[in-house]
Amino acid sequence: MRYKFEEQLHELNNKIIEMGALTEHSISNAVEALLTQNTDLAAAVGDDERESDKKEREIETLCYDMLLRQQPVARDLRKISAALKMVTDMERIADQAEDIAEITKHLAGNKFIKQPEDITRMATATKKMLKESIDSFVNRDLGLAMTVLEHDDVVDELFMTIRSDLITLVHENPENGEQALDLLMVAKYLERIGDHASNIAEWVIFMITGEHKNANYNDMHE
Amino acid sequence: MKSILTFAKRKKPGDWARFLLVWAAGLITVAVLLYLVGFIMLKGIPHIKPSLFAFTYTPENQSLFPALVTTVLMVGLTLVISVPFGVFTAIYLVEYASRGSRLVRIIQTTTETLAGIPSIVYGLFGYIFFCDRLGWGKSILAGCFTLAIMVLPLIIRTTEESLKSIPDAYREGSFGLGAGRLRTVFRVILPSATPGIFAGVILSVGRIVGETAALLYTIGSVIKIPESLFSQGRTLALHVFSLANDGLYTNQAYATAVVLLAVVFAINLLAARIERKFINKL
Amino acid sequence: MVKYKLENIDLWYRDFQALKNVSMDIKANQITAYIGPSGCGKSTLIKSMNRMNDLIEGCRITGKFLLDGEDIYGNIDVNLLRKKVGMVFQKPNPFPMSIYDNIAFGPRTHGIKSRYKLDYIVEKALQDAAIWDETKDRLKKSALSLSGGQQQRLCIARALAVEPDVLLMDEPTSALDPISTAKIEDLMSELRKKYTVVIVTHNMQQATRISDYTAFFLLGEMVEFGNTEKIFSMPKDKRTEDYITGRFG
Repeated sequence: MRYKFEEQLHELNNKIIEMGALTEHSISNAVEALLTQNTDLAAAVGDDERESDKKEREIETLCYDMLLRQQPVARDLRKISAALKMVTDMERIADQAEDIAEITKHLAGNKFIKQPEDITRMATATKKMLKESIDSFVNRDLGLAMTVLEHDDVVDELFMTIRSDLITLVHENPENGEQALDLLMVAKYLERIGDHASNIAEWVIFMITGEHKNANYNDMHE
Repeated sequence: MKSILTFAKRKKPGDWARFLLVWAAGLITVAVLLYLVGFIMLKGIPHIKPSLFAFTYTPENQSLFPALVTTVLMVGLTLVISVPFGVFTAIYLVEYASRGSRLVRIIQTTTETLAGIPSIVYGLFGYIFFCDRLGWGKSILAGCFTLAIMVLPLIIRTTEESLKSIPDAYREGSFGLGAGRLRTVFRVILPSATPGIFAGVILSVGRIVGETAALLYTIGSVIKIPESLFSQGRTLALHVFSLANDGLYTNQAYATAVVLLAVVFAINLLAARIERKFINKL
Repeated sequence: MVKYKLENIDLWYRDFQALKNVSMDIKANQITAYIGPSGCGKSTLIKSMNRMNDLIEGCRITGKFLLDGEDIYGNIDVNLLRKKVGMVFQKPNPFPMSIYDNIAFGPRTHGIKSRYKLDYIVEKALQDAAIWDETKDRLKKSALSLSGGQQQRLCIARALAVEPDVLLMDEPTSALDPISTAKIEDLMSELRKKYTVVIVTHNMQQATRISDYTAFFLLGEMVEFGNTEKIFSMPKDKRTEDYITGRFG
């Protein structure tokens, strides 16, 4: 029954996985380029961003096509609306990876004021969040989506740590100020990436339970 | 190049024969009718004289006027007896009785059997029951009742069919508005069924006008405009039969037959007109 | 406010059980939609709500149908019940009489004779059914001269003319084109201001568009009943979900 629709839903899954992988790749490359001060790699992140724009449009088109032709309800409607919101978040993540890459070009050739191991840790954590949120979408895994939300706290903490470290460094030597600002920006971008991954997880939770994570929204509607 | 249409147009060998058969059947029917009517007209029209329409019948002047009046009276009276009976029976069968119940089946079998009985048997029954047993003697009344029984199955059947052809949606619609069964039948169903019922009535009129056998023993043979329901009388058809039977007035018999044909034709015309009026009103 | 309360309805056609223990509260001035595959009992239920199934032989019912607290299968006048609970059928079924007489049929049935009153009722019913403008110049014309969509609105007007409390609609648009359907759907959202409406529909988009509450039936059982938005976004029962997402069977 509804073979064409099933096929399209399957295609949607695949495209989300592809876009998720691409976005994950962007984060990795952006952080790798930063650490190794590799400007070529940073330039590649820009290409990824354009690729992810394209993917976003593809997924949107697919979703609109299904909304138009299949008039989805219930489970299907929630999945398609979730997908439409998720691609926006993924696209924002790709944008932020590109922003990090821009800072890398700027930093290239300068010695680090501090080995950015916390930034590496943040990058690893956000990548994990992104991967898990996508996985939870594909497998309709409510538990996994919840884990992602918890993970966001870790990322937020790391950001606070980096921030206070940088403040200390600037206190020690105001010369560090310029680089400290850049690194803070990088950390902020990563923290935003974590937020977007959390958003994705929230949409997955909506898709599965029909309830928004933000309970007030429902109260307003009842 | 041959198109699909060319192929479709090609006829099979049998087609031609079938076409001819159908055509011939139609032609023969019309031919027989035309021959019959033509024959009667040719033989009868020359003998139609004003004297045939004289007020009274005398052995010298075989006026058909009393028979014409009797025919009209008989048609009216028979319908007055049979139509309410027939229509109400049909209403009971279709609208009230539960469909397929034993009583319904008995009534239906009975009416079907009645429809198949030869009219002379009705005549004998009428004679025994109405003329003899009820002591009405040979009379218009006895004749009308006999004819009424004879056309009853026809009226029941046609009314039944036309009631059944009224979509249940009308009944549902009416019940759904809180109308009872009686109101539904008389305000919604019967008006829609009227053309069908009317067609049955017309067929009955045809049978009444043309009937002789059933009347032979029931209305007598006095050729007079009837004075009461218990007077004897003669309908046109019976008149034609008697004139022809006597062998003395063959010409007058043909002339009377022409008038009978004209009456039947007029009734059909009238019926068609009334029916059309009914349908237009809907 | 609960207008019509169904309690533990079981219904049999001879040996076949067409409804199994159905209970629901139908709220006043709301549109309640019955959905489900063919033969699920939804039409049977709506017909038994104004006792149209009385006409069907071998139909047996247990349970209570409480209209304003009164059991309609108790000692009541069926004709008055049908005045209170009007019905619109799947196929438009105007009587073969004039538009005016169609509308006046119900009021006349219930004893209104005054020409003045009838004129008023006819105009009002036709206006309420949003068909007055199309018919006001041809009230004496046969109702059968109207188009299918107009005929159905005429039938709605005819039902409204007896001033019912509840309007039952058994797939009222399934025989109509999209424009006529849209007109009737618009009309329904007007009607709910004055009447309690129950509609059987095969068209789930229609149920989503117009109804406040939806009940899903399957094999004589009421599987799920609730807020329409809830049913179509987050059904509780797997069978409801499978049916509305088109993966039934």
